Amino acid sequence: MNYTNTQLFLFFGLVSLGTVLTRVLPFILFPENKKIPKYIKYLSDVLPYTIIGMLVVYCLKDISFTVAPYALPEIISIAVIAVLHLWKKNTLLSIGIGSLLYIILIRL
Amino acid sequence: MKNHKAAIKAALPHTIPILSGYIVLGSAYGILMNSKGIPLFWTLFSSVLIYAGSMQFVTVALLATGFDLIGAFMMTLMVNARHLFYGISFLQKYSNMGPIKPYLILSLTDETFSLLCSVKTPTGISEKWFYFYISLLNHIYWITGSVLGGIIGGLLRFDTHGLEFVLTALFVVIFISQWKAAKNHIPAIVGVLSAVVCRLIFGASDFIIPSMILILLSVTLIRGPIERRGTK
Repeated sequence: MNYTNTQLFLFFGLVSLGTVLTRVLPFILFPENKKIPKYIKYLSDVLPYTIIGMLVVYCLKDISFTVAPYALPEIISIAVIAVLHLWKKNTLLSIGIGSLLYIILIRL
Repeated sequence: MKNHKAAIKAALPHTIPILSGYIVLGSAYGILMNSKGIPLFWTLFSSVLIYAGSMQFVTVALLATGFDLIGAFMMTLMVNARHLFYGISFLQKYSNMGPIKPYLILSLTDETFSLLCSVKTPTGISEKWFYFYISLLNHIYWITGSVLGGIIGGLLRFDTHGLEFVLTALFVVIFISQWKAAKNHIPAIVGVLSAVVCRLIFGASDFIIPSMILILLSVTLIRGPIERRGTK
């Protein structure tokens, strides 16, 4: 790809600006010194739980149940992570074992 | 200084899963940029200033299809729209953070957000600096990974396929921790169901914005029942 540095500066500069906008907008709309509306406060209480659920699905968006290996590496690894985490309650252990298992399973 | 050391010490263990994830994904990004002949400086620039993994991968695809600034800007707003949810979620958490507040806001990635959703600040540690160092460490991992990938990109070839699963594992673990801590499971169920339904309808590449809209609609419509069961 042949782009000049000016073009790349404009391009990456604008993408940075767009990203910054999505991050700061809520804090600009609802500044600290003003009372946060009740509805927004309600959202800020419930959204964290919904988003983590959405992020889990997002990570698994490309799996397929109809094509081999039928999402089995994902299902098995996540099941092991869940059991391990409920049992040992050790974040690093659950993530480490679960990921290692996944890496082995997709190579079988 | 002593307080800072203690805060870093407390923050570090929580960031280890992200260390492995960001080094792998960051270097994949660096390798990709390098393979497209984009100078290393822009890899560094993007990882410091954009610092949004999925969007950075999208920029490579955008540059490959031609030079369209307005298109790139619109795409950025769409890919990163989920940040609006993170911001709204942390309006209260990030109040009274003083001069470091802008940095906390600008460094809020999917992974940092998830981590900060679930960590408890240890007693005796300043919450503000605990959050700050978790955010900063993650940022450093991402920058390091991408620059490393950009430098060694062409030289080394090793099979890292599947390593990105550490981030999936991280989200799963956080989901389980939240589930156990929450008395009210409706929001978590709404999040998963909305995303699954939208993934099935809109396909893998276009379902995040519909999911966000569906989540917003659902939690608004069933606000009564949710609030009656308690939102914490």
